[in-house]
Amino acid sequence: MRLQGVEVRNGQPFEAAVQEHGPRVLRVCRAVLGPGHDADDAWSETFLAALRAWPTLDRGTNIEAWLVRVAQRECIDVIRAKSRRAIPSDVLPEPDSPPPPADKSIWYAVARLPEKQRLALAYHYYGGLPHTETAELIGSTPAAVRRAASDGIASLRRILAENGEIV
Amino acid sequence: MSEQNPGLADPLPSLDPASPIDVADLTALHARLIAGAKTEGLIDIAYRTVDSPVGPLLVAATSTGLARVAFEIEDFDRVLAALAALVSPRILHTPHRLDIVARALDDYFAGRRTGFDLPLDHALSSGFRERVQRHLVQIPYGQTTTYGQLAADLGSPRAVRAVGTACSTNPLPIIQPCHRVLRGDGALGGYLGGAHVKRSLIALEAGNR
Repeated sequence: MRLQGVEVRNGQPFEAAVQEHGPRVLRVCRAVLGPGHDADDAWSETFLAALRAWPTLDRGTNIEAWLVRVAQRECIDVIRAKSRRAIPSDVLPEPDSPPPPADKSIWYAVARLPEKQRLALAYHYYGGLPHTETAELIGSTPAAVRRAASDGIASLRRILAENGEIV
Repeated sequence: MSEQNPGLADPLPSLDPASPIDVADLTALHARLIAGAKTEGLIDIAYRTVDSPVGPLLVAATSTGLARVAFEIEDFDRVLAALAALVSPRILHTPHRLDIVARALDDYFAGRRTGFDLPLDHALSSGFRERVQRHLVQIPYGQTTTYGQLAADLGSPRAVRAVGTACSTNPLPIIQPCHRVLRGDGALGGYLGGAHVKRSLIALEAGNR
């Protein structure tokens, strides 16, 4: 192994992880930040951080769950950077703006949910983390995450029905 | 995908936790990742595929140079896994890089080029095998030699089998032309890309001499 100064424990090609988990990480970022530049920024920073750490990742790590946790930290960084700059959110479309593209309408609906529901859906429903781990990430309890996730799905169903997405 | 949300599973596509994502969005994000990784010097191995008359070829390079050319029959996923284990797992698909390599191979297959002056990385070779593999470029375009002759040229006339092994494990086929080495009895001998590929490369060069 050529890398110097680091003990290489993980020998899987990084590209395979990008291909396999890229879509899921983007869903998580979009659920937390909306389907705009912020989610793209968080996705890019997630995979750059993952690439830096990649060779030293412990063998047997659940890559998918690890990437979702990295994405959570990067999403928080994006939110912090934004609040420092105090730039208005690019999540919600203006009232008179054209309807969002069909493939992204779900993320505009998610953006309208209360934060607790949104985060529960992001890390549990879209990220695939168990209730307990999601609770640790967002400072909640497993029971509350379970409730927030199912309330979130119910709300989404209502929002999509109002928008005529579900017939 | 493993179903982790049985209570929340939903048949409606828009509520599917694995709802598809626009390919164009993922492609743009991937390009951005490549650019960022390159800026930070995090790409240890860049690879792409190149179409050729003998099927798709995988070409993989380090910052030193081209380290691997692989035939589809070798299974690209296995080739990449081996590179990850032997060189570095920081491997990324860079479809718009390695253009010099792609162009050189195009020129070779079009008969416009008889040799390669690409920077090479011999990280995948060592010892006697590396000596043999590096020597292959001495065999002129359009000509062939034998495993026995090659062993003699290298000053190890008894190492015929070792020369054969070195040829069959050549990480840079076509570039280091192991297809120009035949068996002493005139038979074709083995080839990583398959006997038919070896035959076409010999025929290509014979036609362009």
